Amino acid sequence: MMTEAAALKPKAFKSVKKSERISNILSYGLLGVLALIWMFPIVWIILNAFRTEYNTSGQLIGIVVSHYFPTQLGLENFKLLFQETLFPRWFLNTLMVAFFTFILSTFLTLCVAYVMSKLKFKMRKRYLSVAIILGLFPGFMSMIAIYYILKALQLTQTLFALILVYSSGAGLGFYVAKGFFDIIPDSLVESGRLDGATNFQIFTKIIVPISKPIIIYTALTSFIGPWMDFIFARVILGETNVELHTVAVGLYYMMYGERIDSNVFTIFCAGCVIVAIPIVALFLMMQKYYVEGVTAGAVKG
Amino acid sequence: MNNEDNADKKGFLSAFHKFFNKIKELFVAFAKRFKDASTGTKISHFVMGFGNIKHKQILKGIIFFIVQLGFISLMVFSPEINATPFGSKSLVNLITLGTEAGDISNPTDNSMLMLLFGIVTIGMILLFVMTYFASIRSSYKADLDIREGKLPTTFKQDLQALLDERFHIAMLTPALIGILVFTLLPTIFMISIAFTNFDSLHPAGQVLFDWVGFENFVNVFNGTGEIGHRFLPVLGWTILWAFLATFSNYIGGILLALLINRKGVKGKKVWRTIFIVTIALPQFITLLAMRNLMADYGPINTFMVNIGLIDEPINFLANAASPWVARITIVVINIWIGVPFTMLMTSGILMNVPRDLYEAAQIDGATKRQAFRYITIPYVVFVTTPYLITSFIGNITNFNIIFLLTGGAPNVPGYIAGETDLLITWLYKLTIDQNEYNLGAVVGILTFIITATATLLTYTRSKSFKEEDAFQ
Repeated sequence: MMTEAAALKPKAFKSVKKSERISNILSYGLLGVLALIWMFPIVWIILNAFRTEYNTSGQLIGIVVSHYFPTQLGLENFKLLFQETLFPRWFLNTLMVAFFTFILSTFLTLCVAYVMSKLKFKMRKRYLSVAIILGLFPGFMSMIAIYYILKALQLTQTLFALILVYSSGAGLGFYVAKGFFDIIPDSLVESGRLDGATNFQIFTKIIVPISKPIIIYTALTSFIGPWMDFIFARVILGETNVELHTVAVGLYYMMYGERIDSNVFTIFCAGCVIVAIPIVALFLMMQKYYVEGVTAGAVKG
Repeated sequence: MNNEDNADKKGFLSAFHKFFNKIKELFVAFAKRFKDASTGTKISHFVMGFGNIKHKQILKGIIFFIVQLGFISLMVFSPEINATPFGSKSLVNLITLGTEAGDISNPTDNSMLMLLFGIVTIGMILLFVMTYFASIRSSYKADLDIREGKLPTTFKQDLQALLDERFHIAMLTPALIGILVFTLLPTIFMISIAFTNFDSLHPAGQVLFDWVGFENFVNVFNGTGEIGHRFLPVLGWTILWAFLATFSNYIGGILLALLINRKGVKGKKVWRTIFIVTIALPQFITLLAMRNLMADYGPINTFMVNIGLIDEPINFLANAASPWVARITIVVINIWIGVPFTMLMTSGILMNVPRDLYEAAQIDGATKRQAFRYITIPYVVFVTTPYLITSFIGNITNFNIIFLLTGGAPNVPGYIAGETDLLITWLYKLTIDQNEYNLGAVVGILTFIITATATLLTYTRSKSFKEEDAFQ
């Protein structure tokens, strides 16, 4: 009996290992295929950015071609992007808008979220309901109205208007940050009170220092926003003012604007690569905070 | 039934009653305070800030007085901005929306600006009334302070209060201004436009437009024009799309998260990063790439023709033969866009499944599969239910994917809304491309009603809403 059991055991152990190994191989295989599918369009963009194929009359072929891998690589598209378009200008515009939006927006979001979470006052509940209701109206509905309001304020055709519009959303988009403050124990605020601190001091000296994750999350999302938006920026700044485009608007027009020119796809890709590098790098660096913010926001609702 | 009706009526009546009682109380309190107040505060009821100045709160008093002066002169003089009066005249204009149809010697009244200024003026009147009561309260408080033998607060003390007991005011004011100007005002403005005939035939400043009551809404339901013919098809597709997109992403995301978080899989961080990159990339890049990949002579079609899978390129995104080709393509591409996001979220949740649940199951002799079936899955579903709801609402208003991929194509001849248009892209086309502002506003309001109903139904029942106070 004993010997039989002893002889069986390693065999059973081995078979478990084997099935585990098979399922591991399957997992890697599946993950590999999925990763390929997910990388497929992204790699295509990068390849097209470096594609420098010429037709028989010596012109650069900038259109979408049917082969995935280019036959010739080079930096011609980047050169054209910087010489023939206002891309450097668009890049600076976006950087400036993103910078001020992230400062203003982070500040406003933190203020509103903290007040809604930790301070008690008469209109609190009402403000929360109004914020939910207003947030449910599609932003695109009021876009044209915003345009006319900015026009009445004589602010259209300025990047400042864009900063204002992007940042003003903060008063309604505070839910994720509020969820974060909700988790901070009230006792922390109360102990501050007992020490004779004012609400302002409690906020700046106690709350802000421990709110790094949510500050980074808010800053990250508000900084990245202007790089992605091609609708509001287009409506507010107008189509004709090429000098004021952000990268998203400029690149979008390259593909679908009035000046549509099908021979610019590769240049468009070159622009995309330049825009994507800083954003993706920033995003991957701050990934941890992003995940925390998203998870907290989603789970709390 | 009858009883319920009665109860409803009673509830309504008593609410009505309460409301009037409250107003009555307000008036009584107002009169009582007036009687009780010092002479300075009494004069403050007519000349704002007078009481404050008498109590040596000079700066504050002057500010109140300037507000009153400014408001009255605005109302009396109605200054013109862009040839449109602003002030008391704009209240009249709000009702008429302009009377001068315009000829060679007279320009046409700008109905749009009149509507906008009218709304702003009503807002200013409300703000002024609030300031008016604030000025009386402030002066009366100084009265009471003096009676108690204290000194009225100085301007400096008032400012300091903003950092402490009135901190919420200081914190909220900047955000509130932003909301008022860039959200509330535009929303009210667009809602008003839904009740006018402001469309491409009535361009602002060239042709007068006017109030039409509920006509635009009636047209939706009796099948008149673009909005009557296309509303139900677009709504149907929007809801179907939201379901398909939400659940395909949800299931796909959970499966991917489970795969990456499998015990045997090494390099979890690398795998995760590969998928996360797609979240960081702007959608105008990824979706335009997809659109071109899918083009008739793009790489995907060419590849499939070359290996003999198909004879001719498939028109994925604007196939006139059947709208379902484009619709299915969109849902599939949306899996590519959305799954990494759900994966990211559920990964965190999977790692946070309470350990003791598994331990308890192990003690009870549960197998791994059973633990997965009866612990992991219910836990993840339970925790992510709020996310499902927000994501459903988000998908109803998912603009980018439709706009960038198909632009609403395949087209429906004679109409603006194509086969793949959602309410939100239709709204965009109506207002921005076609200048049919009133129809766009109607679509916007109806979209709001749908998302609001979904939110109300689910949020009021979901736990996180009920427990909101438990956190306080």
